[in-house]
Amino acid sequence: MTMYLIIAVIILVFLIIFQISKASEYVAVLKGEAQQRKATNKVNGFLMISFLILGLIGVYYCNSLLFPKTLLAHEAASIQGDRVDSMLWITLIITGITFIITQVLLFWFAYKYQEDEKRKVYYLPHNNTVEVLWTVVPAIVLAGLVIFGLRNWFYFTGDAPKDAMVVEVTGKQFGWIFRYPGKDGQFGKKYYKNIDPATNTLGLVWRDSASLNLKDDPSSHDDIVLEQTMYVVKGKPVKLIIGSRDVIHDVGLSQFRLKMDAVPGIPTTMWFTPKFTTEEMKKITGNPNFEYEISCDQMCGNGHYSMKGIIQVVSQEEYDLWMAKQKPYYYGAFPEKDPTTQKADSTLTKAVAKN
Amino acid sequence: MSHELNPHESISAHGAQGDHHEHAHHHETFITKYVFSQDHKMIAKQFLITGMVWAVLGGLMSVLFRLQLGYPDTHFTFLEDILGKWWVKNGQITPEAYYALVTTHGTVLVFFVLTAGLSGTFANFLIPLQVGARDMASPFMNMLSYWFFFIASIIMVSSLFVETGPFSGGWTAYPPLSALGSASPGSKTGMDLWIVAMALFVVSSLLGGLNYIATILNMRTKGMSMTRLPLTIWALFFTAVLGVLSFPVLLSGFILLIFDRNFGTSFYLSDIFVNGVGALPNEGGSAILFQHLFWFLGHPEVYIILLPAMGMVSEILSVNSRKPIFGYMAMIGSLFAIAILAFLVWAHHMFVTGLNPFLGSVFVLLTLLIAVPSAIKVFNWLTTLWRGNIRFTPAMMFAIGFVSLFISGGLTGIWLGNSALDIHLHDTYFVIAHFHIVMGVASMFGMFAGVYHWFPKMYGKYLNNTLAYIHFWITLIGAYLIFWPMHYEGLAGMPRRYYDYSTWESFKQFGDLNKFISTVAMVVFATQLLFLFNFFYSIFKGRKVLTQNPWESNTLEWTTPINPGHGNWVGEIPEVYRWPYDYGKDGTDFIPQTVPVGAEESAEH
Repeated sequence: MTMYLIIAVIILVFLIIFQISKASEYVAVLKGEAQQRKATNKVNGFLMISFLILGLIGVYYCNSLLFPKTLLAHEAASIQGDRVDSMLWITLIITGITFIITQVLLFWFAYKYQEDEKRKVYYLPHNNTVEVLWTVVPAIVLAGLVIFGLRNWFYFTGDAPKDAMVVEVTGKQFGWIFRYPGKDGQFGKKYYKNIDPATNTLGLVWRDSASLNLKDDPSSHDDIVLEQTMYVVKGKPVKLIIGSRDVIHDVGLSQFRLKMDAVPGIPTTMWFTPKFTTEEMKKITGNPNFEYEISCDQMCGNGHYSMKGIIQVVSQEEYDLWMAKQKPYYYGAFPEKDPTTQKADSTLTKAVAKN
Repeated sequence: MSHELNPHESISAHGAQGDHHEHAHHHETFITKYVFSQDHKMIAKQFLITGMVWAVLGGLMSVLFRLQLGYPDTHFTFLEDILGKWWVKNGQITPEAYYALVTTHGTVLVFFVLTAGLSGTFANFLIPLQVGARDMASPFMNMLSYWFFFIASIIMVSSLFVETGPFSGGWTAYPPLSALGSASPGSKTGMDLWIVAMALFVVSSLLGGLNYIATILNMRTKGMSMTRLPLTIWALFFTAVLGVLSFPVLLSGFILLIFDRNFGTSFYLSDIFVNGVGALPNEGGSAILFQHLFWFLGHPEVYIILLPAMGMVSEILSVNSRKPIFGYMAMIGSLFAIAILAFLVWAHHMFVTGLNPFLGSVFVLLTLLIAVPSAIKVFNWLTTLWRGNIRFTPAMMFAIGFVSLFISGGLTGIWLGNSALDIHLHDTYFVIAHFHIVMGVASMFGMFAGVYHWFPKMYGKYLNNTLAYIHFWITLIGAYLIFWPMHYEGLAGMPRRYYDYSTWESFKQFGDLNKFISTVAMVVFATQLLFLFNFFYSIFKGRKVLTQNPWESNTLEWTTPINPGHGNWVGEIPEVYRWPYDYGKDGTDFIPQTVPVGAEESAEH
């Protein structure tokens, strides 16, 4: 019912607008076009300057309303993030000043130079001095931004520090798989045709396979594989080796101000140094439910919007405690090789053997 | 050029052509005049009206997905009756439908509206009229160009009705998602139709583009040297060159994609395990290769959309300021610089794909370089207004709006072009805000400016001014209200192409804002219907144009009869003696291009 009412109102509004417009056209014809043009010109000139003033007030109002909801309202959560933020502020100041000057000139000129019978236009086809000036000045400013930007860019994309911990992140429709290298500090080989969604989500090569021409890689036996949540240590650089199992995804870390695509067949990397633990960030942001979320930032299918991962940033002690509880993934697929279950099971296996 | 060397021959050739048209005129039927027309003016109108149909469809799609974003908890049960269960379940847009809508909205607006609808319309309409030719170099090819576009349109529309839904992997169609039907239902039949439609679209745009280039280079009237061309023509020329050089690359990318989809090749596929299907045999391909091929068109495409708008705005600003365009040669130079640089910046869409950082740095430099010619253009437009005598015709309003939007959207390009900032802002709402303002709305404003300015030439009628002013103010204010706050969503890291943000602790704080944006979007959409009404009503019932040159403009199209027939000029094509921007020279309000330079006149520009 309300829908029909809304449609009726819209049609009515349309009709009224149309009638007024038609009437004003008749008036224009009666009054003479030149006369009418002068009148509407004045109105539009006034509206131009009003738009400028109200628009600038609107920009200020919008900022006061929305700024606290952005990431800039509090400190970045990584050392790289600080650099992004400082660059962002400098770019904002430069573009902001340009924005205000050019918009003010545009609408002020429109208002000031509206048609006036008395004015004689200034025939000015070109002026080399000013043209050179406003070619060179933007070029210099932009060169500054480029230099500043590239210094950061090479820092972000450069090699991670040697002491960085390494975590492998693999995207799949629609979730994240994390792998830690385990005690040996080395990732075992993997091959996608080995993938078994139940026991071997990454396709680790942990047995010989004649058909795939693969040999068991012992360094895969202690790899730790997790889904949904990964742990990293506050203040310690972490390098992510990023891949994908199916389509292109993207590891989006908005709090750390970084992101990198996950491309099937082509590993990518990204490293950062977290500055605050998750608990500290809860206080900084004033949000008791705060989490470091990994958002997939590359369209990956109909579940794209739900592809979330969590990064827990913790202290070194908490991390060690957590890591001690993790079991190599290998034992999930081969429970008989698990030393902890072996002792408990040994009596059972002996009993079975006797039978 | 040839007729400059041998004017006599050229004139007699035109004369013969003119006779031919007089003769043909009597045999025109409805089919040859309105359907399979070879008259560039009719083809332009066909492009324009098809583009409008697409704009309404594409706009409506955005309203639908904005409903989901703005009102995620409301149940619009009536939509279920209209659209059916695949699209709307329980009164809510389904995720499949949401992604299909987002994808189709992007494809349609970028290619069918802002490429075909914009340069298809104005290149066809203005090139022969402003260079002084009776028609395009090849009217038949021109006709084919429209009909390829038409068939592409039909196929694209048909993809909305297939069982597995239209393509839903984003307008950029990145494989593997777009290559694997098993990864997304939209990549099944919907993608087949999408890719066929796009291939035909490329054919259409090549046929058109070659024609535009040939006409501009070879069919200028006597005296119309390249540096006497209006800036509209220069802009359309560079647009056509960009299209001709880059669309084939896109097509090659599509062909490889077709092979990967249907014939088991591995150009883009490697190491893939699809849930529920298992490991695929493909190895050794590169998913990134497609992105290079795509963006090699994709970035010039941005300028294919923007340059015609820039050209028309330059012309309209000058006419209605009653003052020459400031820095005519600088304007051509900057168009040229933009056209060249457009080919050298494509990888700035790919900073976070794992691209070699050094390569990335080269693209940062080249990308920010584009800001220089863009800045020149803005300053020149501002100086054109300075000390002018401005008439706020509806076209002029939209031209001023274009400059405002181009500044706002262009400046955020400096943010995104710098890879160290892009690594944070890539694929967030900041990007949505940036390209919608600078490419979407700004070009739309250029298009509106063009329609309002040349409508009298197209139909011999005026559009209603009051409706036009209402259209302008609501659209300008609405565009800023919609897209300005999106920058803040982007600065919160909010990713684009999400169906629902409510489960995200980092992004769910914008519920009210999304509702506000969606509401404004609906109002703006309704206002566009008002414009369409004005357009179609005025074709039939608008105030008649009684003077040959209603805007007191210098260019050649206003020397034709009020309702020009096929062949444009009755009798000989006028000769050109001066550049098109002699407004206010020596105290004379305007001097058309056809007026010989007087003995007393001060030196040429």
